[in-house]
Amino acid sequence: MKKILIADDEPNIIMALEYAFRKNNFEVFIARDGKEAIDILQTQIPDMIILDVMMPDIDGYATIQFIKNEQKLKDCKVIFLSAKNKPEDIQKGLSLGADAYITKPFSVKKLIEQVSTFLID
Amino acid sequence: MSSIGLLIILSIYLALLFVIAHWAEKRGNSKWTNNPYVYSLSLAVYCSAWTYYGSVGVAANSGLNYLPIYIGPIMIIPAWIIILRKIIRISKVNKISSIADFISLRYGNSRFLGALVTLICIFGILPYIALQLKAIAETFHVVTKTSIHSNIFNDTTTYVAIALALFASYYGTRYVDASEQRKGIVTAVAMESLLKLFFFLLIGIYVTFFVFDGFDDIYAKASLLENFKEKNTIGGIPQAINWFFLCILSLFAIFLLPRQFQMAVVENNREGHIKTAVWLFPLYLLLFNLFVYPIAWGGNILFEGKQVNPDTYSLLIPQFFDNQIVTVLVFLGGFSAAISMIVVSSIGLSTMLSNNLLIPYGFLGRLQSEVQENNTTKIVNIRKVGIFSLIILAYFIYRVFVLEYNLFSIGMVSFVIIAQLAPAFFGAILWRRGSRNGAVTGIVIGFIICTYTLLVPYAIGITNFERTFITKGPFGIELLKPFQLFGIDYLDPVPQALFWSLLFNCLAYLSVSVSFKGNYRERNYAEMFVDIDKYITMHENAFIWKGTAYISDIQKVLNKFLGIENTKKTLNTFRIKYNIDKNQELADARLIKFAENLLTGHIGTASAKILISSVVKEEKVSLPEVLKILEESRENIIINKKLTETSNELKEISSQLKNANEALISKDKQKDEFLDTVTHELRTPITAIRAASEILHDDEDIPEDVRKQFLQNIISESDRLNRLIDKILDLEKFETGKQKIYAANADIIQTILKAINPLQQLIANKNIALKFQQHQENIYTVYDEERIIQVITNLLSNAIKFCPDENGEINITVNSNNSDTTISVYNNGPNINPADIDAIFDKFYQSENQNIKKPIGSGLGLAITKQIIEFHKGNIWVINHSPKGVTFTFTIPNINSF
Repeated sequence: MKKILIADDEPNIIMALEYAFRKNNFEVFIARDGKEAIDILQTQIPDMIILDVMMPDIDGYATIQFIKNEQKLKDCKVIFLSAKNKPEDIQKGLSLGADAYITKPFSVKKLIEQVSTFLID
Repeated sequence: MSSIGLLIILSIYLALLFVIAHWAEKRGNSKWTNNPYVYSLSLAVYCSAWTYYGSVGVAANSGLNYLPIYIGPIMIIPAWIIILRKIIRISKVNKISSIADFISLRYGNSRFLGALVTLICIFGILPYIALQLKAIAETFHVVTKTSIHSNIFNDTTTYVAIALALFASYYGTRYVDASEQRKGIVTAVAMESLLKLFFFLLIGIYVTFFVFDGFDDIYAKASLLENFKEKNTIGGIPQAINWFFLCILSLFAIFLLPRQFQMAVVENNREGHIKTAVWLFPLYLLLFNLFVYPIAWGGNILFEGKQVNPDTYSLLIPQFFDNQIVTVLVFLGGFSAAISMIVVSSIGLSTMLSNNLLIPYGFLGRLQSEVQENNTTKIVNIRKVGIFSLIILAYFIYRVFVLEYNLFSIGMVSFVIIAQLAPAFFGAILWRRGSRNGAVTGIVIGFIICTYTLLVPYAIGITNFERTFITKGPFGIELLKPFQLFGIDYLDPVPQALFWSLLFNCLAYLSVSVSFKGNYRERNYAEMFVDIDKYITMHENAFIWKGTAYISDIQKVLNKFLGIENTKKTLNTFRIKYNIDKNQELADARLIKFAENLLTGHIGTASAKILISSVVKEEKVSLPEVLKILEESRENIIINKKLTETSNELKEISSQLKNANEALISKDKQKDEFLDTVTHELRTPITAIRAASEILHDDEDIPEDVRKQFLQNIISESDRLNRLIDKILDLEKFETGKQKIYAANADIIQTILKAINPLQQLIANKNIALKFQQHQENIYTVYDEERIIQVITNLLSNAIKFCPDENGEINITVNSNNSDTTISVYNNGPNINPADIDAIFDKFYQSENQNIKKPIGSGLGLAITKQIIEFHKGNIWVINHSPKGVTFTFTIPNINSF
């Protein structure tokens, strides 16, 4: 069973994603902000991490920097999921080492397909 | 008192003056020496021994006639604010050091005119100095009860004169530049002015209140004397005309006497001092005249029928009562009056003598070939010898000629001679057309007439020779009788001489000036003198000169008088002032004028011009050309002024534009940020709705409770979307002024309770302790209740959101004073980042790190809150508490109109 960590501060979005990924046989971890995500990453090594960019306290950019510096997390895939959809935002996200940058609103089906493709490789 | 004793006292007194002069010279710029009072008092050099003793003499002999000498100056002194200021400005910018310089410069650097004015001054003033020496000598003999020695070398007063001459020549020539100020002399003179007034008041009080029983007593006793009535009326119209002319005469004197010009103009170092002088000097004159009358008539009463000189009453009265101290003090006062006049006059005269007569006509050639050190010594020596010999010469004049006349009449003759300069002098600053030839003709004719009507008869009076000249006229021609010229018989000799001489002087000055063209140089100076205010800052610009000149040549000339170092320094300053290139070889008009100015203080205007002319090649400029250039330069000055003004305006406008532009750019940036924020905020609920809908759509076997939860989420996210849109529209309405405020008188306490109510549940859920501190039961004020509820709700919601999960506290406080009602909402949550405090109410507010999400949600709430408060003409602000806690406070005025 693949592990996925979802970090977003919008409870309703999280609820939808949690339901959808569970349904597709993922083990889902939930974080309300960057800090919670980092806490979870102390004990878990997910296969996939989905990050919102704008979050309280520690944002998505800071979180991915933490992930990329962590040796044991080097195999984790990271996807940004953000309402910030300007080219420079996307550019920045990718340059920090994300495997994909998906803008909100998004299709749940497509997101799951994309995540699955990443995890087959 | 013995001669020796008095001499010792005099020596001590003179030594004291030396010390004061020396001290002041050393501390030239301290507030003790450089203040308007010292300036005003130094002007009182006007009150010479003639005032001190002579007034009493005149009052005793002929009643009120001593008064015009003081009324004249008092009449004109208010005008000093304009006229004297103008003269001072002209003199300062042109480095003028004497009245001869002043007149000769104005009439085109005329060497001849300068010399003529110098001669007139020497002619007029030497007898006047002699008069002072006479006063000293006579009073000396009165105090010591000795008589004048026929052998001058046995007469102690001779040595007093020599001592004075030495003092004056030492202190009068400290600076080679005669336009420099002599602080030592000025302070010593001011000191003497105080002393002479003090001693004169002393004798006045002594006579009035100690010898007699006050003014009434003197009047009662005096009125019994012979001729009292005649002596104490002004007389009819003829006498009034006499008075009029005497007033005019003294009015001119206050401007033209070399010592007055020296003190009022050359030694002035701040224009503002005139303002004090304008009231202090007349006051001084008034005080000086207070006791003239009582002393004079007191003397008349005491010495009735005795043959004594009324000039010396103020000494004789205390002596009569054997009061030696008062006698000596009065003598010292008179001595002060005399020596300050002698010293200042001789300094003025010697400057003229050297700068306007000796140097331009004799020494210039020799000075030209010398080096600076030698020249400085030479010039100073010329002046030293000048001062010394003038005083000694005056002493001889006194011994030889003026023994017969009283102080008053000699002084008057001096005044009339000096008054001949009046038309040329006042014309210089008031009338552009006045020309050199006019001035020369006027002065010469005026002088000839006063020689005929005054000097010759007086000289005849001394020699007792051919009196028929006065009584019958020359060759028996009655019309030409010197005292009754052309049959005018109601004027006294002095007013008569003044009238005729000035009449012809003026006529000659006017008619010659109008009839003959002057040269371009005098016309140039006429402009600069008359319009000094226009040229004051850049007066070198107003000087017109055409020709070829090399800076190096001029520099060589300047080196000889200023020294090489000084010249270099001054030229550098000049270059900086006019922004002239260092390598420029050719000199322009400005430099010529500048160089002439530099030399003027040392050798006088005429010589300065001659020297500079000798090293440059000047082209003649025609008079029309001068006028044209002047017109242009004046226009240029105006245009320049306008240009500067316009360019300043442009600068201001461009800076305003820049600011506006910056504001626009920042607004634009804010707008972008706003759109970003808004779209982000809009996308978030849409994302949630979309995700939930998609799952509901695709997933058929979704459990019922999850399905319901997703549907509930869709509903709440839709509501959120709607609220967001409302807020944006709200804000837009405030921004564009479309928002209406429905204000009414309401109780703010009730309003707050209304706002708290819907949030009670939320507060309870988070276990927050809410305190609402109200000091009054009702606070009525005017506001839009719905809007203020919105504000309070917003602040409360934020407070709830920020409160810590445990032990959260919120305090609401209301206060009202006369003008405002203040509401504060406190929570004990974390501080707001200090960097964000100022911007927190901006609708586009994003904290510096843009990806940290603000927990305030849309961020529009505070922006709207602020708009509402501002619509109520109130204020809103936020403060952090240490170590945690935040208070939002807003005020609304109690009296409001919408």
